[in-house]
Amino acid sequence: MSEKKPALWLRIYTFLVYAYIYIPILILIIFSFNKQKLNIRWEGFTLQWYEKLFNDHQVLLATRNTLLIAVISTLVATVIGTMAALALQRYHFPGYAASETLMYIPIVIPEVVMGISLLAFFSLIKFKLGLATITLSHIAFNIPFVALVVRARLHGFDKSIEEASMDLGANELITFWRVTLPTIMPGVLSGAMLALTLSLDDYVITYFTAGPGSTTLPLRIFSMVRFTVTPEVNALSALWVAIVFVILFISEYAQRRRA
Amino acid sequence: MKKYRIATLFIVVALLLVACGGQKASNVLNLYAWSEYVPQALLDDFTTQTGIKVNYDTYSSNEELLAKLQAGASGYDVIIPSDYTVAIMIKQGMLEELDHSKIPHFANVDARFTNPEFDPGDKYTVPYQWGTTGLMYDKSKVPFEPSRWADLWDPAFANRLVVLDDGREIIGVVLQTLGYDKNTTDPAQLDEAKQKFLELMPNIRLFDSDSPQSALLNGEAWAGIVWNGNAALAYQEDPNIVYICPQEGCGIWFDNLAIPKNAPHMDAALAFINYVLSPEASVLITEEFPYSSPNSACLEYLKTYDAALYQSYMDFSGTNPSADFLAHATPIRDVGDATTLYDRIWTEVKGE
Amino acid sequence: MTTAQVPEKTFPWFSLTKTLRESPVAQGLFLMGPTNTYLIVFMVIPLILVTVLSFLSRGTYGEVVYKFNIENYLRLFDPLYAKILGYSLLVGFLTTVLSLLIGYPMAYYIARAPARQRSLLLFLILLPFWTNFIIRIYAWIMILRSEGFLNSFLLWIGVIHEPLNILYTPTAVLIGMVYEFLPFMVLPLYTSLEKIENAQLEAAADLGAPPWKAFLRVTLPLSVPGMIAGTILVFIPAMGMFVVPDLMGGAKTMLIGNVIRNQFLTARDWPFGAAASMLLMLLTMVFTLYYTRKAGFGEELLL
Repeated sequence: MSEKKPALWLRIYTFLVYAYIYIPILILIIFSFNKQKLNIRWEGFTLQWYEKLFNDHQVLLATRNTLLIAVISTLVATVIGTMAALALQRYHFPGYAASETLMYIPIVIPEVVMGISLLAFFSLIKFKLGLATITLSHIAFNIPFVALVVRARLHGFDKSIEEASMDLGANELITFWRVTLPTIMPGVLSGAMLALTLSLDDYVITYFTAGPGSTTLPLRIFSMVRFTVTPEVNALSALWVAIVFVILFISEYAQRRRA
Repeated sequence: MKKYRIATLFIVVALLLVACGGQKASNVLNLYAWSEYVPQALLDDFTTQTGIKVNYDTYSSNEELLAKLQAGASGYDVIIPSDYTVAIMIKQGMLEELDHSKIPHFANVDARFTNPEFDPGDKYTVPYQWGTTGLMYDKSKVPFEPSRWADLWDPAFANRLVVLDDGREIIGVVLQTLGYDKNTTDPAQLDEAKQKFLELMPNIRLFDSDSPQSALLNGEAWAGIVWNGNAALAYQEDPNIVYICPQEGCGIWFDNLAIPKNAPHMDAALAFINYVLSPEASVLITEEFPYSSPNSACLEYLKTYDAALYQSYMDFSGTNPSADFLAHATPIRDVGDATTLYDRIWTEVKGE
Repeated sequence: MTTAQVPEKTFPWFSLTKTLRESPVAQGLFLMGPTNTYLIVFMVIPLILVTVLSFLSRGTYGEVVYKFNIENYLRLFDPLYAKILGYSLLVGFLTTVLSLLIGYPMAYYIARAPARQRSLLLFLILLPFWTNFIIRIYAWIMILRSEGFLNSFLLWIGVIHEPLNILYTPTAVLIGMVYEFLPFMVLPLYTSLEKIENAQLEAAADLGAPPWKAFLRVTLPLSVPGMIAGTILVFIPAMGMFVVPDLMGGAKTMLIGNVIRNQFLTARDWPFGAAASMLLMLLTMVFTLYYTRKAGFGEELLL
């Protein structure tokens, strides 16, 4: 793109859009310190909700569940999805078109339909609803997203490096492991990040496939805000944002060091 | 290499999470109830006394409970269904019979609430809490004080009503305005109700079953069709809140503890039910959530436990409705196949 | 050292996997295998179930009765559902158009930003998504209420004299929807805008085109794949969305997502809910197929 500085109006405009995106988040965070329980008017500063949060067993359990499901489903989906991306981007095999279409189903299907079909399925095969069913469901919708992201990365991939590696005596497996994979790794990581995000924030599908003791954070928050919207929920959000910021800050820093 | 580190990190985290979680099944009770309905203090006390940990999963409507159980969700030990849901569940054989010999505290229940029409002989349930559905308004904001449901149709209330997002409750109110039985299955009557409901729509600012009192407290709405608990919560914050049973009649509901068929921890379930019926436990519920208690031992205990709370409990129509109030209250009953008719009206009116 | 010199003894499984190593078709199938298996089990079979379910009947107490009937589909022909579907399409359409209009300049700005800044700017768009979706909506409710921030602010600076009635109206719903879907539009747009080469724009300038013409004739057409990808990513979920309209619109509208949800959880008429789901899916499939036929389905969807 041109090196000219963008027009002033464009800069202001973009700033305003970012403001649109961030103002609710700021308000959330500020009001997590509000004294008033009903969180309608500002009544004073307090840390009591954070305290309450740490003592809230259900929230802690939900957090554990959410993280567990997210990590496992991301791992599995990333592996399977990367394999699928490689297959679709580089190979021709019978059933190629069908495979490609099949893979896009979870993206185009409305979440409510997917959730319901999974519920019907699990109930038919009498598979108890719980952490396992949620995880299995998350993997299902994560695979296509990972595959898409990795495919993009593969798209501009220069095969000559691989050919050189093979010429030098490495077999397919070693070539893949030491040449291909590191090169597509940024795409794989992006896909994994996307999968992680989708899993962490999923409500509809999780709602239909959850069972006893397997509440996740989005479900728990939804039921918390049902009765009264106390600042405890804000505190939870604020913490979540803070943690994410820290993690990403660290990974940015780590990447800078490496570069 | 970076990718190894990250992968290892993931795996380690996953293992840690698996390790520090997962209770072994024996000392656990799986409770499935409305959210914000069972105080944490009660659950903690139960755990202290019996050593049984409680998992508290939530649903937000009876239908959701039914749907999940009918779909085969299992593993729950104690559920808290409402009156008409109990009736459906009994007919479908979804509940375990209670062994009353293990629930001696049942004697604490107020005789008015035993042997209900939806569970003759108390074979499957014990009462948990009960309440009413009525008209709530902010007397400092309303143009005039409503005394009938029909008043809510007045143009003075345009865009100032909050009502429950519950088809049976709201259509029930409309039917009562027309003088019909709120559990009617007559399609002609229902059609009339639909038309009348359509006329109310311009006055409705929002539908909200979760926290309708918020709308009154923050000034978005001036009046509403709500449950007593919502009214009581609003009243706690604002003494201008009034809760009445309109002349045409209002609603009454009973929530009950029950054990679904094939519950994995029967003994724990019975122990829990018995515990909840004790006055010490029951009073914790009344302390935290402003519904009405069917437990006479609890109310007796409350007089000395927290006299001020007892007084405000007795004073507010939401928690302690008068005999007149109750005389006009009708419960919701299951309408079988007509359920789809009600749902259709709901869809049609909202779909306008 | 060539492959042939690797001792067979050391890696005995090499001989077993000989076909795999040497046949690209086998490799392709092997790589695609897990995905296909997984999705067939957890996607196709459940969907078949739903299809079957849509031809069954509802029992008196809401249970499923194995009696074949096509009434569920006949019911969908009722103009009521056409109207509901129409509303849902409208909501999806408006959300998409607004996201496109609002998101395009932003994507353009980020694409033109120095390379170092770009990933940061993109990341900043995604970060709010790591908070919980429900809570973000509640924050908006706090802002848009009659006594909320927006009104308080506007009253304070004197622009209005009475609070604006925004919350629980369609406007509020759109604000919330666009908020939720903006990143899904910005990211694909950015991807395709970023690919546009300087050289092409310079060539246009050299040929005497003013900036706005260069934009219309070069940039815009080249960003079409991004727009299409963004449209798919926004329109489809937006059509089936019910949470935002419920929370920010006061649950006053009945959209197709609400209907489906109600059938499963309130009316407990699973067969009818299944039929409605089939209808929604059919629409989204048609929409997607039409668009992807036009422009291919791939990279622009990505980050």
